[in-house]
Amino acid sequence: MLTKKQLFTRGMLDISPHMLSVIPFGIICGAIGVELGFNPYLVYAMSFIIFGGASQIVFLQVLSGGATSLVAVTSVAIINSRHLLYGAVLSEYLEKLSLIKKLIISYFIVDQGFAESNKFFKKNKSEQHLHYHLIGTGCTMWICWQAATLSGIILGSFVPEELGLKFTIPLTFLAIVVQDLKKIDHLIVMITCGLSSLLFFDAPFKSYIIIAPVIALFVASLILRLKK
Amino acid sequence: MTWLSIIIAGILTYLTRMTMIVLIDRDMLGDKIKAVLEYVPSAVFPAIIFPAIFINDYGSFVEMNDPKIFGAIVATIVGYFSKNIIATIISGLISYWFLIFVVFN
Repeated sequence: MLTKKQLFTRGMLDISPHMLSVIPFGIICGAIGVELGFNPYLVYAMSFIIFGGASQIVFLQVLSGGATSLVAVTSVAIINSRHLLYGAVLSEYLEKLSLIKKLIISYFIVDQGFAESNKFFKKNKSEQHLHYHLIGTGCTMWICWQAATLSGIILGSFVPEELGLKFTIPLTFLAIVVQDLKKIDHLIVMITCGLSSLLFFDAPFKSYIIIAPVIALFVASLILRLKK
Repeated sequence: MTWLSIIIAGILTYLTRMTMIVLIDRDMLGDKIKAVLEYVPSAVFPAIIFPAIFINDYGSFVEMNDPKIFGAIVATIVGYFSKNIIATIISGLISYWFLIFVVFN
């Protein structure tokens, strides 16, 4: 049985390789915000209030493109609606926690943290304080994200765009799913999701990001039915 | 006005994170739904990966010889065999840089 501290540390360690892409991306997000002409305090406040990676850039780009706040807010909500799926998966492991703990932990749910903690949970179902792993991944992500976006805001136009550091984002997610490529059912689900995301890329409010997973999960349910 | 919309966007984002964790308890999800939820990572992350590789900043499809496609292939192979996140990211980024700075330059 691992202690709370061991689980927390394990969470930090498990997510830390992803900082290789999270930090450059955070710097870019901060820099873009300032370059689009927004108040630096406002750009930083988003990292604290929304804490939602790409959705922060989309919010500012939509506004600076002349759209209404309603469109910007709707886009953020739709992009981040994928967290509903993460929550549904994680709920099984967090159900024994008190309401207040659930409310606090919820703030720290992020893509990579969900992915790494979920992998850990599946292998260590009998551990008692599993949620400390999730707090470990979430806090690491939070600290790095705040520091990175803040650096981007300060550096602004000094951030070299030609390096193409945005490309680290698909790479970090590739690293998460790559081991499941050998399972044919997962491979089909991934391809379905990927192709659907391209097909629906022009759907309003960036909704491809939730349409594609819904289609892919539907295909997953069909696969499960065929397996029987 | 922008401040207000950031706060609203923040509250909505928090709700997306919190809703399922607070509302769902063990008995609500049947075995069938749990089995489908096993696929969530595979069903969600390609929607981030694919557009970031195959669609450029202007919203149109990239060419078949785009450096990002090459970088992604290298990263997939390295990641598959190394099972290492750092190796996956670095190999993809370096092969991408090699193409944009050395080959296409």
